[in-house]
Amino acid sequence: MEPILHLAPYTGWVYPNETVFEWSILIAVYPYITGLVAGAFTVSSLYQVFGFERLKPVAHLALLTSLSFMIFVPMPLLLHLGHPERAFNAVLTPHLTSAMAMFGFFASFYVVLLIIETWFANRPFIVAQAQQRSDLLGRFYRLLTLGSDDVSEYAMRFDKKWIFALAVIGIPAAHGLHGYVGFMYGSVKAREWWSSDLMAVIFLFSAIISGVSLLVVLYVASCKLRRVPIDVACVKGLAYTIWGFIMVALVLEGLEFASMIYKGVEGVDMIIQYVTGPLLIPYFVLQIGIGAVTPLLWLSYMIWRGSSGKALVVGVTVCASLVLFSVFMMRWNVVIGGQEISKTGKGLLSYQLPFFGKEGALMAIVLILAPIAVLFGLTRLFPPWADGAAHTQA
Amino acid sequence: MTKNSKPALAARRAFLAKLGGAATCAGAAVGAAALGVIPNVSAKTEAAADGASFPTKDYDWTKHEWGFGVDATKCIGCLRCVEACKRENDVPANAHQFRTWVERYVHLDGDEQVHIDSQQDPVNIAASGSEKTFRFANRYKDAKVYKAFFVPKLCNHCTHPSCVQVCPTGATFRTKDGVVLVDPTYCIGCRYCVQACPYGARFFNEETHVADKCTWCYHRITKGLRPACVEVCPVGARIFGDQKDPDSPISLFIRNNRVQVLKAEMGNAPNVFYVGIDKEVN
Repeated sequence: MEPILHLAPYTGWVYPNETVFEWSILIAVYPYITGLVAGAFTVSSLYQVFGFERLKPVAHLALLTSLSFMIFVPMPLLLHLGHPERAFNAVLTPHLTSAMAMFGFFASFYVVLLIIETWFANRPFIVAQAQQRSDLLGRFYRLLTLGSDDVSEYAMRFDKKWIFALAVIGIPAAHGLHGYVGFMYGSVKAREWWSSDLMAVIFLFSAIISGVSLLVVLYVASCKLRRVPIDVACVKGLAYTIWGFIMVALVLEGLEFASMIYKGVEGVDMIIQYVTGPLLIPYFVLQIGIGAVTPLLWLSYMIWRGSSGKALVVGVTVCASLVLFSVFMMRWNVVIGGQEISKTGKGLLSYQLPFFGKEGALMAIVLILAPIAVLFGLTRLFPPWADGAAHTQA
Repeated sequence: MTKNSKPALAARRAFLAKLGGAATCAGAAVGAAALGVIPNVSAKTEAAADGASFPTKDYDWTKHEWGFGVDATKCIGCLRCVEACKRENDVPANAHQFRTWVERYVHLDGDEQVHIDSQQDPVNIAASGSEKTFRFANRYKDAKVYKAFFVPKLCNHCTHPSCVQVCPTGATFRTKDGVVLVDPTYCIGCRYCVQACPYGARFFNEETHVADKCTWCYHRITKGLRPACVEVCPVGARIFGDQKDPDSPISLFIRNNRVQVLKAEMGNAPNVFYVGIDKEVN
């Protein structure tokens, strides 16, 4: 079939209204950021709830990371809306049958939970600062104490209970939030590429590996910047977590793909043509090959050989970066890929990514990097570092 | 964990016990609520809007149930319907957004592949010379055509519309007289409905920044007129009427023909009924 140039170039037969891509790269960035939030929270919970002591050096950092990224979750959506000024309509008069309508509530609940947990986790530091400082920042910390400067052993035990309870509630909240994002795509029956019961679970597992990987990169980078030694046991703990979850993520992705191809319902010819053509590089090579299988093999090798020290840190950091890239490609391949397969089942479209503009590549990069800038600021206000803390206890 | 003192462990155990109790209560409540919620969120929901009547006092929307018929055997692909729709409803004057469109299916001799195009195809736009008027280019004049036909398409105004189901604000809704509409003053422009429509009937209006689609010319039919596309069709390929009236054109069309709907497997229960379409039409 001859390619025909239009707004979105296409081949074959597509519905006329499909030639405009309605969900841009920002809608791929949105689940990516949400996934990082859920994944980072997982790390924090592994320590707070499940007692993985070797993750203590990153536990507070994970919480701050989750909060920093959560602040930016609504941004890609607001930038994408035709009428962002009406965004609150979805919260004020939610349409209860809509998977999207509940997002405002889930997200707000989770943000509040994160803020409260972060407050409890940082209370001793806030109180200390409030008492020591007399400058403007001191006033800020005094305000943040909310009138409570009790850091006695009894109060700390009380705080710990709260942190534990919030972390327990936070696990289903964070994962529910992200699983629901997957459901938003999986429940769209009109798109063969999205419509899958496994979609929510795939999103969840890819979220966990992306969040843990982000923590690896942030932790290693922060140690380098602060010129403190890297806690190798902590990095190893994170590596094990990635290793375990990436296998599940890969198996799920494989099952999803296999069942779609094996069932071979109407329109599967187009999907096969798509995955073996335009999707070959972004899906098989970048997302699966380089982004997932390579780190899995590399991590397996390091675990098998008992790598330690610099080799382990470098290896895990590179693997984590690859996983971060892989999960972004997964979001891209779902959101953009789903729209590249026409609803007619008889044609393929090709998304043209603009660089500038409200929904361009530059904006996507800014939105992914902005939370890191906020995190940088937050770590100055609430230092999450627990240098040389815990691994000896593990 | 190993370093925890006994009292701390006991406290944790007590907390978990409380948590377990709370979870059981919450679980029971959720279970009970689910019984009420499940039928309401299922795609089979009858999502009719409330309100006594709309939009005029002398029109009672509980007295009608509109329906649309397409007789593909009659369509000649003149595209007057497309142009009339664009003018009547201020649809953006471009070649990629339509409330209604016509598809052309052509089988060539000795070629197993069916060739499908619509008025938005660049070859057809080149033939019409403008993105405001439409015509089908005579692109198969040198080929031996084995079989060919036209299929007009539009919103199916489904009984179980997936666009209505996914709308986060309820800005898109189904009226009591069976028409799926968008409230342009309430739509937030998220385009979830555009994704959810299996028929590609919706688009995002770049001028109003809200979702847009066929309304069966609701402003006309509530005044006793026919939709613009039905009005201008020179061959009677488009049929419109009240399904509650047994003698209306649509009731007669459904009674006198073996009709079918598009993508029935989606479960949307469309209200546009087709006659004379082939197996590859979806």
